Amino acid sequence: MSSLRVIFDRDTWQEIFGSIGNNKTRTVITIIGVLWGVFIYIALSGSAKGLDNGFESIFQDIAMNSMFVWAQRTSIPYEGFKIGRPIDLKISDVEFLRKQVPEIEFIAPRHTRGAFGGSAGRVKRKNQSNNYNVYGDYPEFTKIATKRIYENGRFINNEDNKYARKVAVIGERTVEELFEKGEEPVGEYIQIDNIYFQVIGVHKYVPGGGFEEDGDIFIPFQTFRKIYNTGDTVGWFSIAAYDDVDVIKVEEEILTALRRRHRVSPQDNRAFGSFNLGEQFNRIMGFARGMTFISLIVGIATLIAGVIGIGNISLISVKERTKEIGIRRAIGATPGEVKVQVVIENVFLTLLAGIIGIVLGAGLLFVVNLATQNMENFPYTNPTVPLIYLGGVVVLMVLLSTLIGLIPAQRAVSIRPIDALREE
Amino acid sequence: MIRLEDIHKSYKMGKSSLHVLKGINVEVNPGELVAIMGSSGSGKSTLLNILGMLDVADRGHYELDGITIKNLNEKRAARYRNNLLGFVFQSFNLINYKSALENVALPLYYKGISRKERQKVAMGLLERVGLKPWATHLPNELSGGQKQRVAIARALVSKPKVVLADEPTGALDSTTSYEVMNLIKEINAEGKTILVVTHERDISQMCNRIIKLKDGEIAEDSLTANGALNK
Repeated sequence: MSSLRVIFDRDTWQEIFGSIGNNKTRTVITIIGVLWGVFIYIALSGSAKGLDNGFESIFQDIAMNSMFVWAQRTSIPYEGFKIGRPIDLKISDVEFLRKQVPEIEFIAPRHTRGAFGGSAGRVKRKNQSNNYNVYGDYPEFTKIATKRIYENGRFINNEDNKYARKVAVIGERTVEELFEKGEEPVGEYIQIDNIYFQVIGVHKYVPGGGFEEDGDIFIPFQTFRKIYNTGDTVGWFSIAAYDDVDVIKVEEEILTALRRRHRVSPQDNRAFGSFNLGEQFNRIMGFARGMTFISLIVGIATLIAGVIGIGNISLISVKERTKEIGIRRAIGATPGEVKVQVVIENVFLTLLAGIIGIVLGAGLLFVVNLATQNMENFPYTNPTVPLIYLGGVVVLMVLLSTLIGLIPAQRAVSIRPIDALREE
Repeated sequence: MIRLEDIHKSYKMGKSSLHVLKGINVEVNPGELVAIMGSSGSGKSTLLNILGMLDVADRGHYELDGITIKNLNEKRAARYRNNLLGFVFQSFNLINYKSALENVALPLYYKGISRKERQKVAMGLLERVGLKPWATHLPNELSGGQKQRVAIARALVSKPKVVLADEPTGALDSTTSYEVMNLIKEINAEGKTILVVTHERDISQMCNRIIKLKDGEIAEDSLTANGALNK
């Protein structure tokens, strides 16, 4: 009998089920090792994937390769300027940066009242009033950080900026605090620092997306410029690089270009500040990837321990069945056939344990997923184990259990049938 | 059917070696029922093991059904055992988690015969030994005599040239022993060559021929009353 035929032979399985079913308790205890290993592997790598997905969904509203750049004070005297000279970003820097750094896909100059200290805008409607952060924006901003606007509303567009319209996109909390329940805010008017603005949209607050809040108010950049007298300055730039470029390099290029334009020493690292979301994102994704890697190592190590356990029990089982093996050989089983049976038993037990482990692990992931579904702040979404990992673990189980199984298999045929028969 | 010429076998016991078989010459014709007798240590089990290809002689010529048995590796020995020989042991040696039918069918499994065919042939043999109603029973649900009859059915299932029985009645009471021996005789009467190792005189008298071993040599080789009658 060729060994391949043996695997697909129903009789082989009957033989194997016969000898496995012969000692159910031992079989169950044997497979727990592998079962546990695979269970841990599935649970861990699924959770790692869940975290990965969770982070992805938190960051989905922000371009992964985006950054903020703002101006501070110089820290090195340069070209006759004293140390500590305050720098302002200019609107004209937008065109300059576009030319200098072609890797920039979107660049949005922004202003704010309130977000970084200073007084927030005083917003009034009828007899309600409150303070909210006010941002001056171009529509490009939504390319960098998605703003979800409720139906029947819209974000600021280029026309709004061109005519410096007094329109505002307000937050959910603002609606709650300034409007009656059930009242439609879009089209209504609110007062921001005593100037009337028409509400054109309500944005949905998405947590985790940087420093923004659910009460933020967005008005056109040009309107902001007029009412707060900001001249040609810019609060900061929100910049998104193209997807396929190295954001850290782009960040460096932008800072270098700005230093040159604003006559700041090339060594002055403090004149401009920047925050690279892409870098942060990569760091967090690196953490998730590290989790996946650790789960892989832990899972495989546990699996190996489990398979060795099965091999160990198989050795004992072979020893216990010395006589049976002797009988089989006396009535015509070749050493090869005996070996193949022991190895297949080993592989079968391992796979059985593995499959139960996979099912239990998947069950756990399913339950945890259900339990965390409504927890928006918990970065855990759709925990799955990639099929290739699953296939890999199955292949690994077959390989390992075959290799380990060879030891008891060799042991089974190392005793001569005549000695095996004599054993009582 | 069997021809042994000058078979020698010795076992190493530490530094000294024990010469168990000292030149055995035997010829067994087809259809014979031969008892091999001898006190313990006479070498009768060793002889049976060599005949059964479970052990290899140091020296000498062994021919079974015209095939010279030499240069045995385990695989070839297994094939020969499977095709040429049937074994009956003193302690039955049934596999305890397999039913009577499965036990009987097992040699055919190693012969590569289809399941259906195996079941059919095995059932036929169980019927032959009168155990058809017990086909699905496990060995521990059978009496000693029944177990030995299952073992005999198993020994016959692959249609061997020779059946080797090592003290087949050794674990049975006298009534059951006679039943089993009668079965063996019936099977012999159908033409099967059978060798029975025994130390019981009455059992050996039920055979056709008795070979007595003493200290590794054949002390006596004679026909029984039965044998003489048949001739």
